Amino acid sequence: MENKKNPFSFQLDVSDFLPADDSEKESMVVMRESVSFWKDGFRRLRKNRLAMASLVVIIIIMIFAFIVPAFYPYSYEQQIRGSENLGIMKYSDAEMERIKTGEKVFPHFLGTDSLGRDLMIRVMVGSKISLLVGIIASAIILVIGSAYGSIAGYFGGKVDMIMMRAVDIIYTVPDILVIILLSVTLKYPLKELADTVKGFAWINTVGIGLISIFIVFSLLYWVGMARIVRSQVLMLKEQEYIVAAKALGASDSRIIRKHLLTNSIGTLIVTTTLQIPSSIFTESFLSFLGLGVSAPMPSLGSLASQAIGGISSYPHRLLAPAIVISLIILSFNLLGDGLRDAFDPKLKN
Amino acid sequence: MKKPLLDIKNLRLSFFTPAGEVKALNDVSISMQEGDVLGIVGESGSGKSVTASSIMGLIAHPGKITGGTIDFNGHRINEMTEKEMRKIRGKEVSMIFQDPMTSLNPVYTIGNQIQEVINLHTDLNKKMAYERSVELLELVGINEPEKRLKQYPHELSGGMRQRVMIAIALACEPKLLIADEPTTALDVTIQAQILELMMELKNKVNMSIIMITHDLGIVANMCNRIVVMYAGKVVEEGTADEIFYNPRHEYTKGLLRSIPKIDSERHEKLIPIDGTPVDMLNPPAGCPFAPRCGKCMKICLKEMPVYTQLSDTHKSACWLMQKEAFEQERRAVK
Amino acid sequence: MSAYIIKRVISAIVTLFLVATLTFFLMYLVPGGPFLSEKAPSQQTLKALEEKYGLDKPIGIQYLNYMKRLIRGDLGTSLKMRGQEVNDIIKTRFPVSAKIGLLAVVIAIFVGIPMGSVAALNRGKWFDRLIMFLSTMGIAIPGFVVATVLMFFFGVRLHILPTFGLTSPLHYILPVAALAFYPTAYISRLMRSSMLDVLGQDYMRTARAKGLSQFKSLFKHALRNAVLPVVTYLGPMLANILTGSFVVEKIFTIPGLGSQFVGSITDRDYPLIMGTTIFLAFLLITMNVIVDIAYKIIDPRIKLK
Repeated sequence: MENKKNPFSFQLDVSDFLPADDSEKESMVVMRESVSFWKDGFRRLRKNRLAMASLVVIIIIMIFAFIVPAFYPYSYEQQIRGSENLGIMKYSDAEMERIKTGEKVFPHFLGTDSLGRDLMIRVMVGSKISLLVGIIASAIILVIGSAYGSIAGYFGGKVDMIMMRAVDIIYTVPDILVIILLSVTLKYPLKELADTVKGFAWINTVGIGLISIFIVFSLLYWVGMARIVRSQVLMLKEQEYIVAAKALGASDSRIIRKHLLTNSIGTLIVTTTLQIPSSIFTESFLSFLGLGVSAPMPSLGSLASQAIGGISSYPHRLLAPAIVISLIILSFNLLGDGLRDAFDPKLKN
Repeated sequence: MKKPLLDIKNLRLSFFTPAGEVKALNDVSISMQEGDVLGIVGESGSGKSVTASSIMGLIAHPGKITGGTIDFNGHRINEMTEKEMRKIRGKEVSMIFQDPMTSLNPVYTIGNQIQEVINLHTDLNKKMAYERSVELLELVGINEPEKRLKQYPHELSGGMRQRVMIAIALACEPKLLIADEPTTALDVTIQAQILELMMELKNKVNMSIIMITHDLGIVANMCNRIVVMYAGKVVEEGTADEIFYNPRHEYTKGLLRSIPKIDSERHEKLIPIDGTPVDMLNPPAGCPFAPRCGKCMKICLKEMPVYTQLSDTHKSACWLMQKEAFEQERRAVK
Repeated sequence: MSAYIIKRVISAIVTLFLVATLTFFLMYLVPGGPFLSEKAPSQQTLKALEEKYGLDKPIGIQYLNYMKRLIRGDLGTSLKMRGQEVNDIIKTRFPVSAKIGLLAVVIAIFVGIPMGSVAALNRGKWFDRLIMFLSTMGIAIPGFVVATVLMFFFGVRLHILPTFGLTSPLHYILPVAALAFYPTAYISRLMRSSMLDVLGQDYMRTARAKGLSQFKSLFKHALRNAVLPVVTYLGPMLANILTGSFVVEKIFTIPGLGSQFVGSITDRDYPLIMGTTIFLAFLLITMNVIVDIAYKIIDPRIKLK
């Protein structure tokens, strides 16, 4: 018998008609490995070049905001006499003198402002403020919103109805107006509190403007998160394992914590990441208007606002904070989008 | 032999995706006569819906016909322009889809959506079109048709919506109705009603039907001819009797075995077909069903099986048929 | 349907009431109260203020008087602007802001919707990528950055557009562009994702199966459905335009209500701050109610019998 088959011949090779064994069959089957939710998600995230680039940008900015200022020779409120209104990389006459004597004077990468303060350090500290506000505010929103939302969602019924009614009302309140109002008025009682009551002296150091912002966020901005968490909880409530856990005698709060929140973590991470740029935006907006952190503490918003006057002669005073704040917000947005694409199971295909 | 209403010959169709070429249809030949009720059976990914869409000329990008011809009612579908196709769609061939919940546009009334197809293909004026709509709703068994015409899709039940879809499909008296899993999304009792309606209408308006489904139960009742598809190929074709009482492909046999029987013993297990469906990006060289086939032979893994004609109307693509034929010959020679 | 309208209106009134109350009590946190500036006023002024606002009476009575005045529509008298009535100030300055705001809304809608739709239709191709890129930028970059950068490039560097005031049609270009930036970007993205969603729906297949052309099925079936989520955005968009106006008017020195408001904050002109806040809150809440009701009317799925 010929082993080579002639395609035009009707002669069939009998051995071909022997049953095929399992190993031969398996080689024809392409197996897809199943991965865990987290591993799969991170893999998808890593593939997303835009999100990865954003992450890198964020890390770089964080280094500039948190680490570099500690080693920087200038501080943000330090006014150097004679060095007012210096352009990029320029030195004042006094500084030139010092250089001539062999002293090393650290350059003003972005020049100085009208009070002789080095702009570079101010931009870096401003970034720190923005990032801090963004992260802390989002953390506050996460905690309050999750707690509120999961309680409302888990208990349902009257509790849920009342809680969500309150949310509806808060939602319809025009937040910008209230935030402005609160920022304007909270300064006074806060200052009094800081000056009179012993334990609250730290308010002065942190800055009344900042505290007002955090208070405002805690009062208003958690409602969106509460709604999202509540809907997650409602969805998960329907799942089988709640029934199973109850059958095993777990208490109500344990059920809430263990089963429901663990599964919603993906959504929470995405929402929180996207909340950060929103908080940063609000802070810079308020600072731009003159509310928010008080002088001499710089904020990217207030730096931009101060730069408008000298925009024709010193455009970099505007462009530097503008570019930085845009980069921060953009990067967090892209990272958040990337996280959502990576971890949202609905989009998996 | 009369000229067939529909004649698909050696159709090949691929989707050119970023991940590669997905060969959705691999040398498919199907033909039907006027008056046939043809059932196309197969699992998801077998190519049955793609076949239907290609008859309608509605293959979405990045899909392309890479070989073969489709002849329908005197038209060579694969060579027609989009403009020419639009004249046929809804008029000579109609299609109804699986999910009536989402097949109707939620923001327009039922009347609007029925009249849309009437206005597209006929010259009827507003009044006549309206009367025709009422007529159609009555035809498909919807009571209070005038009231329904003013309602929106979400106000109707699933069964009623599917009836409306049928009414739309029938509005211009097509020669062929393609039904792509029309009852999968409906309750079992409604399912029966819809299928009954379809058979009634078939006789009333003299229409042919292609019934696409994965449910052999439906096919048993309605169809006079059945095509079984797997991984973009027709693996077996025959009359309903032939397929049900004399299946000659392991896949067909597997499908029949896996239907839960109402009179089976309680301890009898359901017999599913082992294995997973084929990866259409990298289809294997031999018979696509080989890895899951209990009677797989070495040749099945190497070469695509040829069709063995088992009777005038019955054929199967399986090397076992060839083996039998070969053995018969040997015995005859001896 | 009418039950919903009533419910919504009542809810709006409750919110407005809350905002007014909040405004009142917050203002009293300011030392010396909102009707006295940091410097002690003259005896005459003090007496007039006391008469008008009953500053010596307990806070509960003051609150009631305040609410009574509000219901009459009296928003008080400005502290810093030589006794001008807040109502008059608003009457003069609001139309200016309204003009710019309206133009921005029109641009956002008539540019955003087509851009988003075309992007969805050309998914993955260069146009889509461009729109996605631009709109992502537009959403991320803060309004004050957009406005100042526009002012810098077109006003200062290139010197082709005016940046101060509103004395000619040309003066409108930069402020309106700055204001429209964010909403246009947002609507583009919203429209794109909505359109993509709609394009994948079964009823689009049905439309084609009937014999409708691509074009017709897009216009009649797709657009009508895809636009719905954009309608829900109208409310938030208005709030965004409002906040945007604070920044844009300040930067381009436009005599509108926004810059007035910002100025009153820096000046600590409390009656003006309060009055403007209440007016703006009223505006926003009312517009939101109208949009909500309009949406319910447009979407037949939500039609309540």
